[in-house]
Amino acid sequence: MAHEIPELKVENLVVEYVTEDAVVHAVNDVSFEVPKGSTMGLVGETGAGKTTTALSIMKLLPDPPAKLVSGKIEFAGEDIVPYSEKQMDALRGSTVSMVFQDPMTSLNPVLTVGDQIAEVIRRHQRVSKLEARTKAKEMLELVGISGDRAGEYPHQFSGGMKQRVIIAIALACNPKILIADEPTTALDVTIQAQVLSMMRDIKQKFDTAMILITHDLGVVADICDTVAIMYAGRIIEYGKIEEIFDDFKHPYTEGLFGSLPNLQKRHEKLKPIKGLMPDPSDLPTGCYFHPRCKYATAECAKRQPKKTYLSDTHYVECLAYEEGTGVKIEGGDIK
Amino acid sequence: MSQPLLEVKNLVKYFKTKSGMLHAVDDISFSIDEGKTLGIVGESGCGKSTTGRCILRLHEPTSGQVLFNGQDITKLNQNELREVRKDMQIVFQDPYASLNPRKTVSELIGEPMRLHGMFSSRLERDAKVLRLMDIVGLAPRFVNSYPHELDGGRRQRIGIARALALNPKFIVCDEPVSALDVSIQAQILNLLKELQNEFGITYIFITHDLSVVNYFSDDILVMYLGKMMELAPSETLFANPMHPYTKALLSAIPIPSLHNRPERILLRGEITSPINPPAGCRFAPRCDYCKDICTKVTPDFHKVDTDHYVACHLYS
Repeated sequence: MAHEIPELKVENLVVEYVTEDAVVHAVNDVSFEVPKGSTMGLVGETGAGKTTTALSIMKLLPDPPAKLVSGKIEFAGEDIVPYSEKQMDALRGSTVSMVFQDPMTSLNPVLTVGDQIAEVIRRHQRVSKLEARTKAKEMLELVGISGDRAGEYPHQFSGGMKQRVIIAIALACNPKILIADEPTTALDVTIQAQVLSMMRDIKQKFDTAMILITHDLGVVADICDTVAIMYAGRIIEYGKIEEIFDDFKHPYTEGLFGSLPNLQKRHEKLKPIKGLMPDPSDLPTGCYFHPRCKYATAECAKRQPKKTYLSDTHYVECLAYEEGTGVKIEGGDIK
Repeated sequence: MSQPLLEVKNLVKYFKTKSGMLHAVDDISFSIDEGKTLGIVGESGCGKSTTGRCILRLHEPTSGQVLFNGQDITKLNQNELREVRKDMQIVFQDPYASLNPRKTVSELIGEPMRLHGMFSSRLERDAKVLRLMDIVGLAPRFVNSYPHELDGGRRQRIGIARALALNPKFIVCDEPVSALDVSIQAQILNLLKELQNEFGITYIFITHDLSVVNYFSDDILVMYLGKMMELAPSETLFANPMHPYTKALLSAIPIPSLHNRPERILLRGEITSPINPPAGCRFAPRCDYCKDICTKVTPDFHKVDTDHYVACHLYS
């Protein structure tokens, strides 16, 4: 397995937004791999850099102000960073697809849903209009909508149905890589459960490499194989789902779990993380999390932590796990 | 037994639309004791926010009674209502949309006190604004800031400070943390809980997030398409949900753990239209246990156990 080329590989990605007043450091040295058929959860709060990472992979960053400063993005071993807009056009929708958060605004209101799905197919495959339409109906069936509704317009569908249509569009050309940016956040829980179970089936069927961007650890537990926890543009902890959920090591990850009400222990007081996300145009020195970290020492303000591998698949960026820093984690929920 | 602080009796709110009557809230009754929290949960369009607003008469109820301290507020005229509203406040969902962008933090928090003439001098009022800011955890340096300069969590703190300004007995919290990040969400939930312990405030807590409502509420009311489905103390509801909708709703909560994951009940279809709903149980078209009677007769909301009420033919 180790020698297999991953479907998607991101290496040392750095993205900045350059404005007149400031440079916003949105993504700061992010690396990860997503193999075929595997789903990585990209978790973090507003402003952590999740969506910027996703848009970089799609090469959809608004430039200016965004700038891909350095790093590699490889699709099946091929670096796409130097690709031209025309080359990317051929890849988007066929090799890599993205599902956006808001199902209400990402469909064209004046085209039928069938036409919108057929459009992607015609764009990438040499098929007749009729064939594309038939395929579009099949795609609708795949996401659990009757093919007879292909002639209807987006406003005739509910939010959950629209999100299914968007997923159908994204999957129409069997992409190798699917990026889903908060695909169920705008949906009610019972509809969310329906859509997640559908996505799980589809992923198994097509062996797609998937990135699921979310702030909801419950959704991650439902569907992901690996998890990357992002904070201030860095992946501060990464591992297999069991390693993150049962054996998290970073104080920020601890804080995220501590902020969630536990259904079993309802009287336990929540343990929120104090303070706020740092301003990405004015990041703290040393570890970006240290101003909010309850274990922080003077050392944490001076040194930026490096990746410490706790297993082949699990790493954490925290000085407490580096030799000779004197930083200790005691008395919290970290085992 | 003492009289509950708030009693809602047969509350109904219909909206007239082009295609017919929209039954937003259909015959809701409950009561809340002082210092307690009632959570109202349900999905989009179930009528939970409309219920909250009808209680404050931000919407005029179509019929029914809202007794606050024994006084029916649906009968009050504007002046009387204004007096009562000192005791009844609301915190809105969207901290971005509910604050006037042209006012400073101090003006925003001071406004309710100014309108009700609580203090004779501006100095006293300013002092109270600072006290309120301290209570909700806003640093004094923000006193002259405008809302756009603050993040969502701080804006929601302004919303809470405003609601607290008149020392209310009762606050409707309409999805107060839904727009916030989890770490900030937990800060605000803890704050609301501390305020309740300190000032004995009674809450109605409206949310679609079941893990939040479980954490926060003494009793939980589950609504679906304007109707009450189930009402029980939180612990009972989570341990022993009876209505098929409650069961499906609870099983759909995404649990942030790899262990003790419940068997998921996937509901068929989606919420039906609230416009001119047919007779029978509103949930019947999506219910796995639907019988003949369910599509014909609207089930009564009846007691099945101490403090546990349910509207379902399975239990009658």
